[in-house]
Amino acid sequence: MSQQMEEVALGITAERQAVMSSAGMAPGKDWVIVARGLKREYDMGGEIVRALRGVDLAIHRNEYVAIMGPSGSGKSTLMNMIGCLDTPNSGEYWLNGQLVSTMKDDELARVRNKEIGFVFQTFNLLPRATALANVELPLVYAGVSGNERRERAAAALERVQLGSRMTHRPNELSGGQRQRVAIARALVNDPSILLADEPTGNLDSTTSEEIMRVFEQLAESGQTVIMVTHEPDIAAHARRVVVLRDGLVASDDKRDTFTKAVGLV
Amino acid sequence: MLFFEAVRMALNTIRVQKLKSFFTALGVCIGVMFLITVVSIVDGMGRYMETELVGKLIAVNSFELRYRPNFGAGEMNRAAQQEFNRRPRLLESDVEPVAEALGEGSLWAMYSTDQLKVESPFSRPRSATITAIDGQYFEIKKLDVTVGRRFTAAELSTGASVVILGPDLVKRLFPTVAPVDRQIKLGGKMYTVVGVGESLGSAFGMSFDNYVYAPFRSPVHRLLNKQPHVIDGMIIQVPVADMLADGQERVRTIMRARHQLHPAQKDDFTIETSDTALEFWNKIKQYLILAGVALPAIGLVVGAIVIMNIMLVAVAERTHEIGIRKAMGAKRRDILMQFLIESATLSTFGAAMGIALGALFALLIRSTTPMPTYVAPWSIMVGVLIGAGVGIISGVYPASRASLLDPVAALRQE
Repeated sequence: MSQQMEEVALGITAERQAVMSSAGMAPGKDWVIVARGLKREYDMGGEIVRALRGVDLAIHRNEYVAIMGPSGSGKSTLMNMIGCLDTPNSGEYWLNGQLVSTMKDDELARVRNKEIGFVFQTFNLLPRATALANVELPLVYAGVSGNERRERAAAALERVQLGSRMTHRPNELSGGQRQRVAIARALVNDPSILLADEPTGNLDSTTSEEIMRVFEQLAESGQTVIMVTHEPDIAAHARRVVVLRDGLVASDDKRDTFTKAVGLV
Repeated sequence: MLFFEAVRMALNTIRVQKLKSFFTALGVCIGVMFLITVVSIVDGMGRYMETELVGKLIAVNSFELRYRPNFGAGEMNRAAQQEFNRRPRLLESDVEPVAEALGEGSLWAMYSTDQLKVESPFSRPRSATITAIDGQYFEIKKLDVTVGRRFTAAELSTGASVVILGPDLVKRLFPTVAPVDRQIKLGGKMYTVVGVGESLGSAFGMSFDNYVYAPFRSPVHRLLNKQPHVIDGMIIQVPVADMLADGQERVRTIMRARHQLHPAQKDDFTIETSDTALEFWNKIKQYLILAGVALPAIGLVVGAIVIMNIMLVAVAERTHEIGIRKAMGAKRRDILMQFLIESATLSTFGAAMGIALGALFALLIRSTTPMPTYVAPWSIMVGVLIGAGVGIISGVYPASRASLLDPVAALRQE
């Protein structure tokens, strides 16, 4: 609470302004994500679970943001919203100038294909396909033809230092390599945001560091990165940390304030 | 998504799961195999009927004048039988007026035929088809002799006691000696063999080469028709196919006049063409085709159900994969197409096996039985189309279920 009062006092809330500007208005070009009052309820066998209870969030282009929260806080639901895998019951979600919250299934599929690069905790690679074929997958659905697809997929794998592992299947790769294939796949379509869900959850600490360095480099090169995690030391890599609690944004800090708050420094 | 991508993916699945794919496609395989086999038998027999059998029994561009039809007589009802029995028989005296009514270049022959016992000094009595002929019978039938000679005009007009034998009958009557100029005994009278005719082949294991030809006016004709001056039929050949209708009309007119029919009365004789003979075959063919469709249909229905089940299992097993694909931007149509193509490819793969096995069966039947078979290209096309069709039909439900999966729920499933 004191946090928000401090923000108001300092008058630094460009984010707040983006969110508050009138509903239905497309946000400015610099805002890659603007969510206004997102609500999502689930019917779990007659019992209504209110996963999101009015989340306001604005993310600037090139930002590196971590979304944190204990289980049940609604962070997975929010990630599904941001990733266009799900739509809210009410509220507005603007992604890269497009109003996603009212889109139908096939439009959502198109937005996922063009605007979002997913990196999952369990990698989610196709087990029977080679690294190259896995990276090609988003390009297949984007309708890119064979040769160009292979070239672009190969280039993406080179970017994550896996140029020599293109014909390997996931079960022939280490955990870290698999996650780098997943990152290459996420980047291959030049998405507006790289959306990572617990990207180090299945990796040992050394490999985790290695993967986090990849994200670091991508963020530095100007890629918008949004990372959902429950580990404070992973979140501490981000420039900004949004904490959810009970379906609402509990805090929204710059890294230095966050690291101090959780006692990492 | 690109079509070939989906086909490649489906073929990959088949390659990885060979045995499972084989059993999945077995129903379609058996269905198509039946189809190809039955169709090749029907088609082979049809070709045989049209080109060989009918060509031999009824010469090209020819028709027969008879008092009742020769082909399909077994299917007649009682009333028709009685109508046929009341008809006047064809007489020797009809031949000349009919022959005179024919157009330029037409050939004619008359004949009577029956099964009789034939004897030779070298064999016990044998049953054979005896045909007494006059006119240009050998010319019309394009039948030549391999040994000896045909009948001379004098032999035909005087009714000499000479015969031409079929090759099978020669083997039986004269197993060890040359037949020409030797004698055979037919109805207590002796006849001299002047030639051995060409082979007429066989159909369904029945030889046509057990024949004896004799001049019509030789004594044998009294054995063939009990009533005096009655003949079995006339064969008329026109020079070109276009003149068939005209030739038939001329014969019809003269015969109606001779039988003194007034215009309201129906013909009391039959003019039979190769079409009439084929009509009989076409009736049999209908039943065969019906069987040829019913048997494979059972196999295909079973095959379709199996494929649908396997595809439902595949969708359930690959829910997570569908989730990944949807997260990567696959639209409903992409997922639908993927599973439809997979099921169609699987089923077509089964159909291809069925075509190969069916063709093999057809070949086996041809080489081990007297049944002629012919694998028609259209039946292969139909087999492939049926394969793809069954796959698409049985894939629709599983594929639409896959396409409607919620991406979040699908991703959560391991």
